[in-house]
Amino acid sequence: MSRPAVETASTAPAGTRVLTYAEALNEGLREEMRRDPRVFVMGEDVAVWGGGGVFGVTKGLVEEFGAERIRDTPISEEAIAALAVGAAMAGARPVAEFMYADFMTLAMEPIVNQAAKIRYMFGGKARVPVVFRAQEGAGRGNAAQHSQSLEAWFCHIPGLKVVTPSTPADAKGLLVSAIRDDNPVVFLEHKMLYNTKGPVPAGEHTVPLGVADVKREGRHVTVVGIHTMVHKALAAAETLAREGIELEVVDPRTLVPLDVETIVASVRKTGRLIVTHEAYERAGIAAEIITQVITAAFDSLDAPPVRLCAKNVPIPYNAGLEAAALPQTDDIAAAARQLLA
Amino acid sequence: MSTDVALPAELTPVRLTGMLRTMLTIRQFEQRALELYREGVMRGTTHPYIGMEAVAVGACATLRPSDKITSTHRGHGHCLAKGGDPRLMMAELLGKVTGYCKGKGGSMHIADVDAGILGANGIVGGGMGLATGAALAARLAGRDDVSLCFFGDGALNQGILHEASNLAAIWKLPVVYICENNQYAMSARADRFTSVPDPSVRAAAYGFPGVSCDGMDVLAVYRTVERAVARARAGDGPSLVVCVTYRYMGHHVGDPLNYRDKAEVDEWRTRDAIERFRQMLVAQKVLTAAAADALCAEVEGDIEAAVAFAKASPEPAVSQLAEDVYA
Repeated sequence: MSRPAVETASTAPAGTRVLTYAEALNEGLREEMRRDPRVFVMGEDVAVWGGGGVFGVTKGLVEEFGAERIRDTPISEEAIAALAVGAAMAGARPVAEFMYADFMTLAMEPIVNQAAKIRYMFGGKARVPVVFRAQEGAGRGNAAQHSQSLEAWFCHIPGLKVVTPSTPADAKGLLVSAIRDDNPVVFLEHKMLYNTKGPVPAGEHTVPLGVADVKREGRHVTVVGIHTMVHKALAAAETLAREGIELEVVDPRTLVPLDVETIVASVRKTGRLIVTHEAYERAGIAAEIITQVITAAFDSLDAPPVRLCAKNVPIPYNAGLEAAALPQTDDIAAAARQLLA
Repeated sequence: MSTDVALPAELTPVRLTGMLRTMLTIRQFEQRALELYREGVMRGTTHPYIGMEAVAVGACATLRPSDKITSTHRGHGHCLAKGGDPRLMMAELLGKVTGYCKGKGGSMHIADVDAGILGANGIVGGGMGLATGAALAARLAGRDDVSLCFFGDGALNQGILHEASNLAAIWKLPVVYICENNQYAMSARADRFTSVPDPSVRAAAYGFPGVSCDGMDVLAVYRTVERAVARARAGDGPSLVVCVTYRYMGHHVGDPLNYRDKAEVDEWRTRDAIERFRQMLVAQKVLTAAAADALCAEVEGDIEAAVAFAKASPEPAVSQLAEDVYA
């Protein structure tokens, strides 16, 4: 399962093409819309702006599928979410896009009170096959209202699935699975990953929800990373390899359902755990992952697990402050050395 | 309601009798639900629809089975009017596994998606986006189904109504927004928190028709909603219909009712929709007084059977707790 750091992949292994994360998502959407006429996209600036989406994820789709299925909406986040839920209940398979995950705070009512609960409240007699897509994360100086990572909010709510791909291949494969899933799926992309490149299998490609991926094997410390932190962990692993320290980098890929088994298996091997994400440390998903590992494999741990997360501050604008608010490659390397000291 | 009014031609005696029957069913269902609550066999709360029966029945009489409705916390009337089975509803109120939601939803979440009932809703205004989205799905699938979105005067001031109305207008979606102005949002009289005396004028802001009608007159509701439904089905877009009505009971059981006079309630009761409709049908010889009495007794029997079914039904097993969180 060990794979090279995708950011540096320039040649494609047999049966794959090198695509950006945004291109891979675009391909996934396009293929699912061709396959299933019930799939449609709605969101702000998904059709006209720049030929499709502020980050190009829906680029060119309106030419192929028309404005009925690639629907530009007014700036009405609650209605985008709520209409998607209603449409899903009535037989459609909507992909609702929020330009920034921060804007999903305006849509929490239909996501949390309606989408997540309808199946259960109705005694299992309804399906809500909707994907809520958004991008999150910091790194571009977008400041406090355009840089948050809010996955923990959604992980807390039974009835939602939560997906956080870190590579182009995972982005496409997980998006296809999310669209085909009969449950509401919160699909969180990362704005700094859209232009990263990596090999994506040619032809139909799916990645099941709930299966983690070991991005790099190693014996000494397990690093569970989300989104950009997978890549920072891989970079730290390169550095530490020269010191004889081996990191095992695990990407959960979906946070709900969470593949605890793969994470625990890794910790049983290494005895040491770092969990790292761009979401705030306090009540973040790292706390959940660490609790699950301690519960399942307390006797395997040689040291207390470590959290490397965003500081508990609004994401600042200034470049130096923003970098200081986020966990960095050096922080991972230092934490790993400390765990082994 | 004058008793010599011309009846809509499509409303045959069978349909008219059916409408009266549904109104009686709603009233008796709600009265029984209140009794069950007071007996302590029902948990949570219940929001009685008593007094407002003409709205649900008049509006749903305009629909086809494939059309959709979204309802509210005060949802039993809508569900019955769209064809809901009182036995499965009563079982749900008692939290039984035979209920519409296997006992997991209760009064505020009764739904039958296959029958076009996209659910009662515990969030004020929660159905507005859902109904509008269902209308979008119908459009995308090339079906001419219509969505009726019921909500109360309290929901007039939720932001989602603005967002959904605008979207429905620009996309010409087949949805009819039906505001049941029952005069009170909990303790708040409608004129205290809504800036205009007739909220139907708000539709003008979105460029679609808005009209008010007598919500205590089932045929007035029928005629008004019928025009809006026909417009929606023809692809001409949404409408807002305000039905002026009154809830005879409190917001829910246990309402202190310190915000209105009994004289006001008595005044509204003189316009009781069921009594007026019944008198009109008898005067128009659609049915005899004796037949109307028999209908009432028949409905009473149905509701008692529903209660008996609910009481005799098993509780859900604790092992079912985690079922149906995900598909």
